[in-house]
Amino acid sequence: MSAVFDKKIHQTLADANLQLAIYTATGRLKDKRTESVAADALPDYQELRTQANALKKHAIENLDYYLEEFERNVEAHGGKVVYCKDSTEVSDFVLGLAKERGVSLIVKSKSMTSEEVDLNERLEHHGLEAVETDLGEYILQLGRERPYHIVAPALHKTRFDVAAIFEKELHVAYETVPEKLSQIARGVLRQKFLDAGIGITGANFLVADSGAVVLVENEGNARLTTTAPRIHIAIAGIEKVIPRAQDLAVFLKLLARSATGQALSVYTSFLSGPRRASEIDGPDEFYVVLLDNGRTKLLPSRAKRQSLYCIRCAACLNTCPVYRKIGGHSFPWVYSGPIGAIITPQFMGVSYEPALPFASSLCGACAEVCPVKIDIPQVLLDLRSDVKKAETREKKNRLEKLSYRMFAWMMTHPRVYAWAGWIARHGPVLNIGPVRAWTSQRDLPPIPRQSFRDIWSRR
Amino acid sequence: MGKRVSLFVTCLGDQLFPNAGMAVVEVLERLGYAVDFPKDQTCCGQPAYNSGYREEARTVARHFLKTFESSEHIVVPSGSCTSMIGHHFADLFRKEPETLARVEALSRRVFEFSTFLTEVANVDDVGARFDGIVTFHDGCHGLRELHIREAPRRLLAHVRGLELREMQPAEECCGFGGTFSVKFAELSGAMARTKLEAIVQTGASAVVSLDSSCLMQIQGALSRAGSKVRTMHLAEVLASR
Amino acid sequence: MSREHILHRIRTAIGRSAGQPPGVAPPVRIRVPSDDATLSVAARVSARVSTMLARVEALAGKTYSAATPDDARAFIAAAIAGKTAVASNAPFLAECGISNLPGVRTGIADREQLRECCSTVDIGITSADYALADTGTLVMLSSPREARLISLLPPAHIAVVPRERILSGLDELFSILPKAAELTSSMVLITGPSRTADIEQILVRGVHGPGEITVVAVG
Repeated sequence: MSAVFDKKIHQTLADANLQLAIYTATGRLKDKRTESVAADALPDYQELRTQANALKKHAIENLDYYLEEFERNVEAHGGKVVYCKDSTEVSDFVLGLAKERGVSLIVKSKSMTSEEVDLNERLEHHGLEAVETDLGEYILQLGRERPYHIVAPALHKTRFDVAAIFEKELHVAYETVPEKLSQIARGVLRQKFLDAGIGITGANFLVADSGAVVLVENEGNARLTTTAPRIHIAIAGIEKVIPRAQDLAVFLKLLARSATGQALSVYTSFLSGPRRASEIDGPDEFYVVLLDNGRTKLLPSRAKRQSLYCIRCAACLNTCPVYRKIGGHSFPWVYSGPIGAIITPQFMGVSYEPALPFASSLCGACAEVCPVKIDIPQVLLDLRSDVKKAETREKKNRLEKLSYRMFAWMMTHPRVYAWAGWIARHGPVLNIGPVRAWTSQRDLPPIPRQSFRDIWSRR
Repeated sequence: MGKRVSLFVTCLGDQLFPNAGMAVVEVLERLGYAVDFPKDQTCCGQPAYNSGYREEARTVARHFLKTFESSEHIVVPSGSCTSMIGHHFADLFRKEPETLARVEALSRRVFEFSTFLTEVANVDDVGARFDGIVTFHDGCHGLRELHIREAPRRLLAHVRGLELREMQPAEECCGFGGTFSVKFAELSGAMARTKLEAIVQTGASAVVSLDSSCLMQIQGALSRAGSKVRTMHLAEVLASR
Repeated sequence: MSREHILHRIRTAIGRSAGQPPGVAPPVRIRVPSDDATLSVAARVSARVSTMLARVEALAGKTYSAATPDDARAFIAAAIAGKTAVASNAPFLAECGISNLPGVRTGIADREQLRECCSTVDIGITSADYALADTGTLVMLSSPREARLISLLPPAHIAVVPRERILSGLDELFSILPKAAELTSSMVLITGPSRTADIEQILVRGVHGPGEITVVAVG
């Protein structure tokens, strides 16, 4: 694997405090989810998963149709849809609009999609103030860090970390009580909501038959972001579209439970267009940015396009024994955990981090908890094959390719295999890489003098 | 006629855990089965498949097909190998309809050991005796791909003198994952040590599993930690008298 | 144009052509649970109210079951004593005599005034279009009768709901309101007080939205 990946993993494993923080936080979310989807809490859980998978499959397989239907309905309600193929087009659009309307302050609610396109950096580079309003994201923005987890971005931070960040960046007294820290943030951000000219959100779902954006949150910052400023821009990956509002009866039952174990998150907003003429408040202008940024690269493969079904609940992160050890920052891109492991190579190319699909024991816990039934282990296996094919083409894995060729040859020549086994068991323990790697962490098994076939042949 | 089974002991079982294989034979013979061991058997090809080398995996899989095609029932003391044969061979031969047909016909006759006992031999009680407290580790492939959870527990419930205690948290990966254990050694070791905590909490003197690969990982970590807890394949427990 | 470019890439990837109708969608899955048929209508409604209020309380909300509009009015008068409040323009609040309680501002139709008022008062009082019993949820559609900010900016929110508006759950909501977008630009489902667990997974209430929520069922 790349030295960077190896180092990040090692550093995370070596940090005992961080290990405890990650394991405890994900453990809590995992247990809450389990409780909330148990037979006595949600008897239809498995059936809902099957239905959610079928709905996503249908939407993706007819994606162009539903995007166009979505667009028509957004426009019918007075909104506008902007298709952007990459991060530059997104920031150009936002910058252009901000300039035209004389906006210098923007408030944002949590959006992994906006992280993906580095929107804040670009806006700040052009002199705009873009403030994150979700508490976890706000903490990270002040601390200049990337999210650690798709749903709980500051999962790795202790109250002491937050106290230090607030003291340094907000020039307030050192305060470690979480309730008080939240009040400090609330106080600062209140005014930002009221002064901002544009509110930017992501979107959990785009509803084609309604031209609506659905936002799911607990704090109320997304509601404020989409109510106080005169302009609302929702940035969403094209894969977020679902056919009908009624399909939310399936998805909403799965999303909050899978993410945090709540039956519903505190606020679920269903927003279609700017405020209607008779409504008292709400934005005057409503834009939905439909972002490609590589999603169309995941569509051609029938086996891998299920990666686009993801509703970003992070259940896979919370249950993954690998994520729970290496944490979000070990991953090379903004998306971490099992979902990150399958979409990163597809968006960025398999050479971006060739070891990434291999950083898994293929235990399948992720597939078991995925509300839309993405077969993550199978996609990882497909990506492993893609990595090796690319490496073979580029002649980067000559030795490894040769050893697997030999493995295959040996395994089709039983006497050679038996003889090689005998040699391995009777010869000295070879000081080769894999053996050293094994013994760095655990003892070798006792080596039997006779193999099973030896014993059998003497019966 | 008569009850015949072929044993696929697995490459790991053959070379490193022959006692588990012998225990499988003992239990099956006790139940009146005649066990044969097709000598040409080697491996199911999983190491190559999991490492992304599909062509090489196909080569090994074809050899497996040839070796076992004429067997009536094939018993495998491993969840991961059974799952490779029963689920992933089809993936390997998706583009070869003739081989795929042979794979599908064969897969129906391949059984993980505990599944064979409870669903084909239809027994829960094999007349075993083992005094001690044990805990059971569910290997991930057996658990999540083959949905094996009850079968081994039913069999253990009928072992005289045995007390089974479940781990909390349950169903967590031991960290083996094939070549993952050496490619990501430190991470694999960390996962093993977390598993150890759960094992030690049960107070069990032995960890039992369907997969020698998981047991190898767990035993290696136990031994490194200086623990007296031992590991046993399910077959070894069921062969005890 | 990126629009054509992206749509073209999509079509090529999934093998569809422009204007092609979609495949058959999976049928809508809406399962409205049936109430206990052995109970009288009145008893069924009562059961829903109890469930609704119990769920709100489980989320640390406060509740009150008012037998009559006067009863509701008295409860609210006590709840807002010594505090400032703004009430939405919902006719139901006027019918209950809540909007003209002393200390309550109401009848605001101007956005700036509304914002000014909501940023300074202690309590926002609204009705609700519907409520969902199984999750303790309020359903609020933005309209001239219900502005968005009243249930959002003030640190406390009181919702007064006529009991016939209490539905069983999400499924019933989407079955009677399949296209909220035709009626409003904003439908919000409110389930409990605002909260976060972003710092060490420790629950804190009232981060941005109201930290206190009270649901009054009337009738």
